[in-house]
Amino acid sequence: MFFYLIRRILYAVPIALAVGFVCFMLVQIAPGDPINAIVPPDAPGDVVEQVRREYGLDKPLPVQFGLWLMKVVQGDLGRSLATGRSVWSDLSGAIVNTLRLAIIASLIGFTLGCVLGGLAGTFRGSFIDRAAVGIAVAGVSVPHYWLGMVLVVLFSVQLNWLPAMGAGPGGSSEWDWNWEHVQHLVLPAVTLAVIPMGIVTRTVRGIIAEIMSQEFVTALRGKGLTRGGIFLHVVKNAAPNALAVMGLQLGYLMGGSILVETVFSWPGTGLLLNNAIFQRDLPVLQGTILVLAMFFVALNLAVDLVQTALDPRIKRA
Amino acid sequence: MSSATTPTAAEAELAVQAKQAAARSHGYWAGVWKRLRRDPVTIACACVLLLMFLTIVFAPMLAPHDPYQGSMIRRLRAIGTPNYLLGTDELGRDMLTRLLFGGRLSWFMGITPVALAFVVGTTLGVLAGFAGGRINMAIMRTTDIFYAFPSVLLAVAISGALGAGIVNAILALTLVFIPPIIRVAESVTTGVRNLDFVDAARASGASAFTIVRVHVLGNVLGPIFVYATSLISVCMILASGLSFLGLGTKPPEPEWGLMLNTLRTAIYVQPWVAVLPGACIFVTSICFNLLSDGLRQAMDVKG
Repeated sequence: MFFYLIRRILYAVPIALAVGFVCFMLVQIAPGDPINAIVPPDAPGDVVEQVRREYGLDKPLPVQFGLWLMKVVQGDLGRSLATGRSVWSDLSGAIVNTLRLAIIASLIGFTLGCVLGGLAGTFRGSFIDRAAVGIAVAGVSVPHYWLGMVLVVLFSVQLNWLPAMGAGPGGSSEWDWNWEHVQHLVLPAVTLAVIPMGIVTRTVRGIIAEIMSQEFVTALRGKGLTRGGIFLHVVKNAAPNALAVMGLQLGYLMGGSILVETVFSWPGTGLLLNNAIFQRDLPVLQGTILVLAMFFVALNLAVDLVQTALDPRIKRA
Repeated sequence: MSSATTPTAAEAELAVQAKQAAARSHGYWAGVWKRLRRDPVTIACACVLLLMFLTIVFAPMLAPHDPYQGSMIRRLRAIGTPNYLLGTDELGRDMLTRLLFGGRLSWFMGITPVALAFVVGTTLGVLAGFAGGRINMAIMRTTDIFYAFPSVLLAVAISGALGAGIVNAILALTLVFIPPIIRVAESVTTGVRNLDFVDAARASGASAFTIVRVHVLGNVLGPIFVYATSLISVCMILASGLSFLGLGTKPPEPEWGLMLNTLRTAIYVQPWVAVLPGACIFVTSICFNLLSDGLRQAMDVKG
């Protein structure tokens, strides 16, 4: 067990390095000279050459990667082309906003998914089961950026109950847990929650149905255990796998929120990415993707470790 | 040399077995078809998709107007306007026409990456599963790297770096779908590789190429294909999503995701016209999803 933990943590290091390399290559695969990603196109020639030397862009690719990596490890993600500010200063605020949105969305999605999936798995073949399966399929098939627009049309344009965009009154970026701010969170969080809800419903339904068909459940029933008692046993068996799926979904939410954030002008990493793409601001694009991917790698690791700790059946030597 | 003219008992037995095997394999597909026919949801989805496919193929004949010809005086008409059944968009172009033409690019961009990824991913996955050892290590560890990115993020990253355009978007999406197909292909191939009939084929002197072609592919293509069809729905949402972000098709080309984006400002004027392209994406995607589920059940593929 202990050695498994060490091995799993060590295995994350090459993955993280490789992810870093992919992000490094993003600027390289961009059409044109990578120097254009750093200096504005109208910079004078001698400035361009100076920057080229400073960034080590005159050196071979592996050396460049090494230099870039050294900087990244120290928290230097470069400067934005559009604003001139350091990428990290824009990114740190945006990450907090995205995390806030993703966590609320996953709370909604996971709760609904567990309830629907649990009911569907327990009462297999019933009306509830078919309804849950239908909702789950719709949830994973819906283009969530479109769902966001439909919700805006319904609740902002037609009913005028909730604000359509932004993260605070008057476009302020300061966050506070009061209704003034939280009302801005409702629509994007619900929109973002739909996909994980569908996936969690499907997964939990499968896991519960599988466990319910096992012999120990029949034995518990034979022992005269109440429904609630059996339920507890089933939950205990279902939890590790269900938690693993949910953990990964949180990561997908962080990465996938770009479309929803664009629809709602939510000032998170998605909107940052969208602006970076629009202005071809490659340092911001690279930095944001690197941080989100690293978050996902860390989450993957955490999920594996927690799952191993929770489930005594998994013996990973 | 009597066996050359009159079959021996053993040969006759073999011939009967071969006939039975043929009948069985025929029976498999007949069984699949029989199960499909009893599944009204799958049949309905297949019909909807077929109908959609026909309308977008014959869009030039069916469309009442020109998809590019706009007019400043009839911008953003409501649904049900005479002569403009589904209204007009922000530049006064007929919505029905643009939805019909838009389906062409949306479908193309939803299916092409999965088809490309199916070919590449199956090749690499079967190679990794069949060869094992170092080749397996190399392919599967590379796959792990791409698994470290959430799919939307990877697609946005690659096409964002390459710049807007249909080819770049298709390239990015293909790269997104290759790793999951490799994983599925590798796992089913590893399962088949250790079965007795593969050993028997090897013992009878069949070359690796023959074993893969005859014994492995026949058994793994079905499950991989079913898995790939389940990706079409995701791919269509992602492809339209890229266009929605301005990374796929460029205006004035009609494409559902891009139309959704350009109509975003119109939700205060004609909300129900503005959400039409997204409804098209939704219907297509849910039908592909249900079709894939139905196929999986009918073909009895596990996983």
